[in-house]
Amino acid sequence: MQAPNQKQTSLSRLSAEGRRTRREYLDWIIWRGVLLLVAVLGTGGIALAASGGASPTNIFAPDSTPAHSIYRLSVFELEVLGAIFVVVFSLLAYAVVRFRERRQGDESEPPQIYGSNQMELAWTVLPILIVVVLFLSTAQVIHRVQDASPPDGTIQVTAVAHQFWWEYRYPQYGLVAANELHVPVSDPNHPTPTYIHLLSADVDHSFWVPRLAGKTDLIPNHPNNMWIDPHDTGIFLGQCAQYCGTQHAKMLLRVYVDKRDDFDRWVHQQQQPAASDPSVAAGGALFISKACFACHAVRGTIAAGVVGPDLTHLMSRDTIASGAVPNTPENLRKWIRNPDTFKPGSKMPPQDLTDQELDQIVSYLMTMR
Amino acid sequence: MASEAVPLTVHRGPLAVIYEWLGTADHKKIGLMYIVYALLMLVVMGIEAVLMRIQLAHANSTFLSPQLFNRLFTLHGTTGVFFVAMPILFGFGNYVVPLMIGARDMAYPRLNAFGFWITASAGLLLYGSFFAGGPLSQAGSAPDFGWFAYAPLTSTAFSLGHTTDYWNLSILLGGIGSIAGGINFVATVLTMRCPGMTLGKMPLMAWMNLVMGSLVLVTISPLTAAQMMLMADRYLGAHFFDTAAGGSVVMWMHFFWIFGHPEVYVLIIPCFAFISEIVPVFSRKAIFGYPAMVAATTSIGFVSLGVWAHHMFTVGMPSYGNAFFVLTTMVVAVPTGIKLFNWLATIWGGKIRFSTPMIFAVGFLFQFLIGGLTGVTLATAPFDWQLGNSYFVVAHFHYVIVGGIMFSIFAAFYYWFPKMTGRMLSETLGKWHFWIFLIGFHLTFDSLHVPGLLGMPRRIYTYEASRGWESWNMIASIGVIFQGIAVLIFVYNVIASYIKGAPAGNDPWDAWTLEWATTSPPPEYNFAVVPAVRSRRPLWDIKHPDDPDWKYE
Repeated sequence: MQAPNQKQTSLSRLSAEGRRTRREYLDWIIWRGVLLLVAVLGTGGIALAASGGASPTNIFAPDSTPAHSIYRLSVFELEVLGAIFVVVFSLLAYAVVRFRERRQGDESEPPQIYGSNQMELAWTVLPILIVVVLFLSTAQVIHRVQDASPPDGTIQVTAVAHQFWWEYRYPQYGLVAANELHVPVSDPNHPTPTYIHLLSADVDHSFWVPRLAGKTDLIPNHPNNMWIDPHDTGIFLGQCAQYCGTQHAKMLLRVYVDKRDDFDRWVHQQQQPAASDPSVAAGGALFISKACFACHAVRGTIAAGVVGPDLTHLMSRDTIASGAVPNTPENLRKWIRNPDTFKPGSKMPPQDLTDQELDQIVSYLMTMR
Repeated sequence: MASEAVPLTVHRGPLAVIYEWLGTADHKKIGLMYIVYALLMLVVMGIEAVLMRIQLAHANSTFLSPQLFNRLFTLHGTTGVFFVAMPILFGFGNYVVPLMIGARDMAYPRLNAFGFWITASAGLLLYGSFFAGGPLSQAGSAPDFGWFAYAPLTSTAFSLGHTTDYWNLSILLGGIGSIAGGINFVATVLTMRCPGMTLGKMPLMAWMNLVMGSLVLVTISPLTAAQMMLMADRYLGAHFFDTAAGGSVVMWMHFFWIFGHPEVYVLIIPCFAFISEIVPVFSRKAIFGYPAMVAATTSIGFVSLGVWAHHMFTVGMPSYGNAFFVLTTMVVAVPTGIKLFNWLATIWGGKIRFSTPMIFAVGFLFQFLIGGLTGVTLATAPFDWQLGNSYFVVAHFHYVIVGGIMFSIFAAFYYWFPKMTGRMLSETLGKWHFWIFLIGFHLTFDSLHVPGLLGMPRRIYTYEASRGWESWNMIASIGVIFQGIAVLIFVYNVIASYIKGAPAGNDPWDAWTLEWATTSPPPEYNFAVVPAVRSRRPLWDIKHPDDPDWKYE
């Protein structure tokens, strides 16, 4: 074994030749570094609060019981973790600054301390207690959200995820909708929650509307359930949260929370078969001859495809392509000619139609109110 | 001596040097090859990250096609875990552990060489997909299903062509390489220690690599099994993950995550090892609570095998199943906390020298604290129902992987580079590297937490401007510029210092473990005479004959 004390260039000796100013420079850097870190985290928190208000998908703006339960648990937990963070961060920052080597070239070693049973026991037992508290409060919320049983008057919806759109079936009302989920607002005193049965037609997806509930996956041959009871009317946004292929990014979710009357009216309207307007018969014929019906259903006609969205009441929707673009005649036209215009990689193939045929198809679709 | 050395350096042609490296079974050369290979792959995955950050800097960006974006994040993740983090940590372990325990090589030198070459080939195979993956119409040029490759996206129905096969074989081979490495770490630490070095007198680095090696053996096996099942599904008509025939896609998730979560500890435990070596040396104090550190490491190893389904809180497990995995996951926080407090106590009362290895180690301590705490939020199943698969998760694991693992790897690099090359890295450039990287890291990964809290899912190639995510994404992308500049400084520092850095000598840091008792770089046989030790810090004992450690241990 070589004698270790024949070291040639100990770093401490190198820096012993350095100047005092360099030392001060280092101190300056350490202090500014710590301050910078604190400042970044502080401004980050403030900026978060500011931008949270502007986002329609903020998880800290719950409007439904499951989202509220999660929110309250989150805030409690963030307070606990925040306290731990402040204490440990301060101790670390203090130790790093306080115990830095102050004098250059001082070769003496500090007292060697190998451990302390009392202290180590303390920082084992204290975290265990914190874990127990966090676990119990978590288990309570898991139970409250997952094991809740549906009350009378619950709306049942079966959501079927497809690459890259959403199908909504209402077994109680015998209707099928797509991409825009309509549910009634739920008065906390007389709750009318919506239970959603989650299925997938192809790969894994996840239903995530942050202001209404946490996400739950839609998995082939593995049915799941979730529920929401929105307390306010309005449009709640979200999107698929489990990577599902090329257009995962544009598999958007729109939940329309309607007043009860409006919801009932919507249900009644959706239950009707498609309007038959003789002025657009040419488009209707194209819908069949160009094989649109192989994928799309139009109730009241022979079109009964189940691969793509049901189009019976297409014009009652604000958007097309699973929320990717507004539902306007121009967008419909572009979409039918080549869906890649809005959603490259979508499963609908481009259609080889003349301009006149496109006009006829779009006019036909425009009657599907 | 000199007259013997001269012919060696003069008469060897470049071919001889190549043969020497190709055929070597020396743990130090293999270690260096692992490290260099991993650094090259790091550049590749970094370029992939830059492209993705350019795309995401603005809403509705069309810089990349969705297909290309999806391939990039798949390759970025797969490369990062299997061909950057694992190899670089194996490289340091390979190089340093035998030296630290006074051994002349790993237990199985040829298996070691096999492990490196098979891992290296596996990485090339992954990228081979670009050259041969997709001649068919609609088949992509590279895998595009994310690094955890959830079934059925990998089935023949959803993945045309052969990109999935390249990924599949690459992970299968990489796993074999990892298992070879794992066996070697376990056997080396258990059987190759020098006289006097009982298990309780090993450096913590040796302990932690022992735990890491054992975890590799347990966790890579299910991953390899899953790859074989996937291959059987694709080519032999099996139905493991075919739901139409009674298979289960959830089973893939279980197989993947019982590998995937312990894998996180496979990556972080060697980093704990770096920190446990570097913090004491630069605080000039013995590690605080050595037995507790060993106990915490081994218990993390065991508990980590029972936490995998916290990646599956949204999959629809029953409430008691979710609660179980909340508990096991939160329990990990206890031994992890012990480690952090022990490092803190090691610093406490010391005389900290802020050389570059130490500032990176201090960066690790702060960032690992934050990454650990955000980990607790994700362990809380209901909170995870909101945060899971969002950018918050992306930010969290990059905090651990970049802020924790990468910072500690940089620390290790600055610490052991003098031993590996005989030359010091420039301290000035090292500090520039640290501060610029620190700024870039925080700009990118602090910011990315926020869009997650505002509902941004991961793995989307674009997003709408109205969601309030854009400015945060822009800041994150700007941070990447800083990180890139810092890495360039690092690369320049490595090359320049290798050529003309200050001579390091045997023991530039005035350290205490056995690797500093031999020359820099060490001779092929490491030690002329196998050393004998009496304590955990043999060089302390020699430097302080009046106050040796063995009196207290």
